[in-house]
Amino acid sequence: MARITLETLRHSYVEKPGSDVDWALASLDLEWTDGGAYALLGPSGCGKTTLLNIISGLLRPTEGRVLFDGTDVTDKDPVDRHVAQVFQFPVVYDTMSVFDNLAFPLRNRGVAEPAVRERVTEVARMLELDGLLARRASGLSADGKQKISLGRGLVRSDVNVVMFDEPLTVIDPHLKWVLRSKLKEVHQRFGNTMIYVTHDQTEALTFADQVVVMLGGRVVQIGTPVDLFEAPRHTFVGHFIGSPGMNILPCAVDAGKVVFDGETVALDSPPRAVPAGTLELGVRPEFVRFAPDGIAVEVVKVDDLGRHQVVEVRRGAHAIKLIAAEGEAIPSERPRIAFDPRRARVYADGWMVEGGASR
Amino acid sequence: MTARTTNQKAWWLVAPVVVLVAFNALVPMMTVVNYSFQETFGDNVFFWEGFKWYEELLRSERFHDALVRQLAFTATILAIEVPLGVAIALAMPRRGPWVSVCLVLMALPLLIPWNVVGAMWNIFALPDIGLLGRLINGLGVDYNFTQDPTSAWVTTVVMDVWHWTSLVVLLAYAGLCSIPDAYYQAAKIDGASAWSVFRHIQLPKMKRVLTIAILLRFMDSFMIYTEPFVLTGGGPGNTTTFLSIDLVKVALGQFDLGPAAAMSLVYFMIVLLLSWVFYTVMMRNEGT
Amino acid sequence: MRRLKWLVPTLYVVFLMLPIYWLLNMSFKTTNEILGGFSLWPTEFTLDNYRKIFTDSTWYTGYLNSLTYVVINTVISVTAALPAAYAFSRYRFLGDKHLFFWLLTNRMAPPAVFALPFFQLYSAIGLFDTHIAVALAHCLFNIPLAVWILEGFMSSVPKELDETAYVDGYSFPKFFVKIFLPTITAGVGVAAFFCFMFSWVELLLAKTLTSVDAKPIAATMTRTASTSGYELGLLAAAGTLTIVPGAFVIYFVRNYIAKGFALGRV
Repeated sequence: MARITLETLRHSYVEKPGSDVDWALASLDLEWTDGGAYALLGPSGCGKTTLLNIISGLLRPTEGRVLFDGTDVTDKDPVDRHVAQVFQFPVVYDTMSVFDNLAFPLRNRGVAEPAVRERVTEVARMLELDGLLARRASGLSADGKQKISLGRGLVRSDVNVVMFDEPLTVIDPHLKWVLRSKLKEVHQRFGNTMIYVTHDQTEALTFADQVVVMLGGRVVQIGTPVDLFEAPRHTFVGHFIGSPGMNILPCAVDAGKVVFDGETVALDSPPRAVPAGTLELGVRPEFVRFAPDGIAVEVVKVDDLGRHQVVEVRRGAHAIKLIAAEGEAIPSERPRIAFDPRRARVYADGWMVEGGASR
Repeated sequence: MTARTTNQKAWWLVAPVVVLVAFNALVPMMTVVNYSFQETFGDNVFFWEGFKWYEELLRSERFHDALVRQLAFTATILAIEVPLGVAIALAMPRRGPWVSVCLVLMALPLLIPWNVVGAMWNIFALPDIGLLGRLINGLGVDYNFTQDPTSAWVTTVVMDVWHWTSLVVLLAYAGLCSIPDAYYQAAKIDGASAWSVFRHIQLPKMKRVLTIAILLRFMDSFMIYTEPFVLTGGGPGNTTTFLSIDLVKVALGQFDLGPAAAMSLVYFMIVLLLSWVFYTVMMRNEGT
Repeated sequence: MRRLKWLVPTLYVVFLMLPIYWLLNMSFKTTNEILGGFSLWPTEFTLDNYRKIFTDSTWYTGYLNSLTYVVINTVISVTAALPAAYAFSRYRFLGDKHLFFWLLTNRMAPPAVFALPFFQLYSAIGLFDTHIAVALAHCLFNIPLAVWILEGFMSSVPKELDETAYVDGYSFPKFFVKIFLPTITAGVGVAAFFCFMFSWVELLLAKTLTSVDAKPIAATMTRTASTSGYELGLLAAAGTLTIVPGAFVIYFVRNYIAKGFALGRV
C-alpha cells in the first residue's frame, strides 16, 4: 500500500501537442493518501481513464512524475508497480476456468498454490462466484464475467492501489447496488487505496470518502461529498453534482455588492475587488427559499417529489430552481425569493471567487 | 447474431443465387456422375460400366501416389504457412502509416494470376538466369528444379508459401485487430508473460479467423493446379504431379472420360470429407 | 527483442518482392541480354516488350478479355449475393442451413473437376468462347464467397434499422437500396474485391471455356511461352502488366481487406 503523488502531470495522445485541446491531461498535481477511497468523477472525455492508465503504468505521461511513497515509478511497468485495475468492459481469459482466471494474477507472481487457493476461495465467496469456480469463464453472462474482472482486481493482497474504471457499466441496476456495497466492504476490510472512476454522481458519492472532479483534463475540485455539495469550487461541480444542479445566474459586482438583474444580493463574504472575467452567481436550489422581502419572481412549475418539492421560478429570462419542504405552501400572490447569504457564491469564468472579509 | 424471423418468402431472395450456382454445379456434376459409370470411344457412344472405374481408380498405384503427394504437399504448406502467417501478423504494427504499406504489399501476390505466379517463379528459380537459382548454386548447393526432384519439390513449396502466406497473415491480423485494448492492458496489470498473452488472449481470439484460414488454405492447396503446372509441368517425372494435374492429364490429355469422371468425384468427396473433419475438430470446443 | 519486431514483416515483404523484382527486371531486358548471361538489372534497358504488348492486338485484347469477364462476374456475383445474404442474415426459412452449406461446398469443388463438363455444357448452349461463359462459370466459387462475406457484414447491422425503415413506410426494395446498402458499403467493397481477385487469378476454367474471341491474357501468355520459344522478356512484361489491375484494386480496399473474412460466419 502506498501514498501516490502525481507531480505536474501532463499527457497528450498527439505527437506534438500544440493548443490546449491536444492535451488529454492539462497539468495535474495530486496526492492520494494511503488507504483512501477515492471517486474520480467527470463527464466522458475529461481524462479520467487517461489518469488511471498513467497511475497504473499503462501509459507514460508526456510530462511530469508519478511517485509511490515518494519513489519515482514513472518509468516502471504495470507489473512492477503492484497495482490492480478493473476495466469498463469485462476481460476474461476464455480458455480458463473461473478459478484459473481469478488465480492468474497470483500465479504470474509465483504465489504458492495453497495461498492461491485460499485467496481465490475468499474472493469468490465475497463476489458470490463460489458455485462457478470450475466452469469455463467464456460461458458466463456479462454480469458474471465482470465479477471475474473485479475478482482479479481484488485477489492480490499486496497491491498499492486498486483502480476501477466505470466497472459497473454493463451490470444491471440491482446487482450494481450490491456490488458497490461489496467494494465498500472490501475497502473497509483490507484498507486498500481505491480509485473508482465513474460519471455517475450517486456512485461516486456513495463509494468515496474523497471525490475528485475532473473537467477538460483538469481537476476542478477534490473534497468530501459534503464539500462538493456545500462549496463547489467551480460552476461545473455545482451543476454536475446535486439534483437538480446549482442555479447559475449572471451577476455584477459593484463596490462590494453583488447585483443580480438589478437586485442586490446579500452575501456573507462578497468579493473584495471586482474579479476579472464573466461573473456568475451560484446558489443551490436547497439554499433558495421564498421570502417576503426577496426578489420578485413568477412561479413556472412545481414538481412534488414526495420528500420535497422542486419549484421552478422565473425572473425575467432567468430560470431558478428551489427546493421547498414537503407540504410547504407555495405563495401564489407576487412570490419573492431570497438566497442563503452563507451559501451563495460568486464565480468568475466558472471558478469560485474567494470571499473577502467574512461576516 | 440477432434473432431471425421465419419467412418462407425469403426463398425469392436466394432464388437467383440458387439458379446461378445450381446451373454451374448440378448440370456438370450430373455429367460427371453419368460419365463415371460409362465407357466411350468417341462419337458420343457410351457403354455402361458400372463401378469399374471406381474399382480401378481405388486400386490404381498412380492415383495412390498422386494422393500421397497431394497430402504431403498440403500438410507441408499448412505446417509452414499457418505458423509463419501468425508470427508475421503478431509482429506487424497495429496502427500507423506502415499498416497500409504492409497490407498492400503483402496482398500483392494474392492478386497475380496463377499462371503468372508459376511463370514468375520459373524465371526466378532457373539455375542459369534466375536470381534464386544462381544464388543457391552460388552457395555451393546443387540446385536445378527442372531436373532434380528435391529441388522441384522444395521450389513448389516455397512458391506456395510465397503465394499464400499473406492470406493467413491478413486473416490473423484481422483477428488480432479485433481484440480490445483492455485485454492487453488487463494482461499487463495481471503480470502475464508474452507467452501467456499469446496463449490465453491472442490465440483464442484468433481461433475463428484461423479456422477460416486453415480451411481455405487446405481446400485451395488441395485443388492446386496452375502454378505447379506452369512451374514444373508436374515433373521432373511425377514429383510434382498433384491430384488436379493428374486429373487433367487423364481427362484432357488421354481423353479417358470415364476414369477421369470417377476420379473427379472421388477427389471432390475427399476434399469435402477432409474439410468437414477439419471444421468439426477445430470447432469442437466452441461454446461449451 | 521488441526493438527488432519490425524486422519480421520487413524481411517477409522483401521475400515477397524479390520474384516480382526479377520479373520486372526481365521485362526491361532484350532477349539477347536475358539469354546472354546473368545480370541483376537491365544493362540494355528497353521498353520494346511493353511496346509490343500495347501495339499487338493479340496481346492487348487478352487484357481486355480478362477485364471484361472479371467485371461481369463481379457484378453478377455481388448483385445476386446481396439479396441472398440478406435472406440468410435476417430470415429463417425451409432448408436455409442446408442451402448455406451446399453453397459453401461449391467453394470446395476443384476447378479441374469441372473443366471438361463445363466445356460441354457451355458448348451445348452456344456460349463457348464468350465473356459471359467465363463470368458465369466463375460464379460457381465467387457467389458462395460473396454470400458468405456479405452475410457476415449484414448480421452485424442491427435489425432495428430494418424495422424502423418499414415503420417509416419504406418498401423493401427502396429500403434495401436507399438505407441498407449504404450501411454495408464496406462489406460490398470487400466482397467485390474477393470476387475480382478470384476471377482474375483463375485460369483453368477461363482457358477451357475460350479459344479466340474471349481468350484471357493469361492464356495468351501460356501460348507465347510454349509456341514461340524463349521470348522471356515479352512474357515477363505481360506478367508484370497482369499485376497492375490487382495492385490498383488492393490500394482502394486496403483498409477493408483485413476485415473481410474476419466478419464472415463459420
